[in-house]
Amino acid sequence: MGSEFTKLFELIISASLINNFVFTRFLGLCIFFGVSKKMETAVGMSITFTAVMMISAAISWVVFNGIMIPLDITFLKIIVFIGVVAGFVQAADTIMRKVSPGLYYKLGIYLALISTNCIILAVPLINAGEKYSFIQSLAFAFGSGLGFALALVIMASIREKLELADVPIPFRGLPIAFIVAGLVALAFTGFSGLITL
Amino acid sequence: MPDTNKVNYWKLITNGIVKENTIFRLALSLCPSIAVTNNLKNGVLMGSAVLFVQVMVNITISLMRKVIHPKIRLPIFMLVISGWVTITDMTMAAAVPDVYKQMGLYIQLIVAFASILARAEMFASKNKFAPSMADGIGFGAGFLFALTVISFFRELLGRGSLWGMPIIHAKPLLIMIMPAGGFFAVGILMAAFNWFDAKYLGKGARASHYSH
Repeated sequence: MGSEFTKLFELIISASLINNFVFTRFLGLCIFFGVSKKMETAVGMSITFTAVMMISAAISWVVFNGIMIPLDITFLKIIVFIGVVAGFVQAADTIMRKVSPGLYYKLGIYLALISTNCIILAVPLINAGEKYSFIQSLAFAFGSGLGFALALVIMASIREKLELADVPIPFRGLPIAFIVAGLVALAFTGFSGLITL
Repeated sequence: MPDTNKVNYWKLITNGIVKENTIFRLALSLCPSIAVTNNLKNGVLMGSAVLFVQVMVNITISLMRKVIHPKIRLPIFMLVISGWVTITDMTMAAAVPDVYKQMGLYIQLIVAFASILARAEMFASKNKFAPSMADGIGFGAGFLFALTVISFFRELLGRGSLWGMPIIHAKPLLIMIMPAGGFFAVGILMAAFNWFDAKYLGKGARASHYSH
């Protein structure tokens, strides 16, 4: 039991810091650069994102191990996973609008964006590829969400300050954001080798 | 250019490569632009995979456009895209196993590319076969061009080689093949694209603010 718990902890740390999705796997960059202009949107996105990620990882795990492996149709995993994720996001959108309009008003806009995010699709694909157990899949999804949240919050706080800086004209907008992301990524390489799985 | 159908195919193609370049101009589908560009070979292969998927998706959607009911068009587009991505994925896994090992995940994630869905929705679903194909070639080639340029610089500076062949016999700038170098390379090239645009095409410094 003890070693199992350690394994999960390692998985979370590894997914959030060492193999951070944004800075070492370069996934979800569209959203990362899109919503990291303001702290408020960054936090809203992080919360929605982690929740959607964990639930869709859980559903995909059940579908993959419960339906696709017995039927031997694992080659369809891309099509099935994108269907599962898009369907779930659509359902969450509808349910949230009916059940909790206040929350929907705050976080609904992020939901629509999330369905086009590659991390949401990458997590089930990696879970399937690495043959993680159900709990491990959840831990991996949680760690990934946490890592994405961390990246977003760091980036948003830098970009809020950057608004005041005098940036050369060709670099204004996205190019300077890329340079900043590069510097943060450089800092994140310091985490490599922290845990060897 | 022989202009039989009053459609300027050349313009359709260059539009995707220069004016609305997916990576440098629209800033869409950025993930693979950094993830697989640490050497030229991977960059070109990834770009070619995207070019193939983009063209095939545009052709398929264009041929099916009269049959697809507008209300369920997005799920249908997604199905078509993921079908072609699965084909590409399996082909590459069989044909180039060593490269596939490094970038298999990114090939599978072509399915989530905003740019491919956007072209299907904005162009192929409203146009005939030939213009849709030209549009697909343009946007696919624009993507291939961007990935080639980025990976060219990264491999040249980071390893001192091109396509695995050593060119510069000096100590390479290791940072360029590290994750951080990818961000730097894209940022600098994007700025160069803006600068070139402002200086020679005279459209003013239109910084790529639109990120969606």
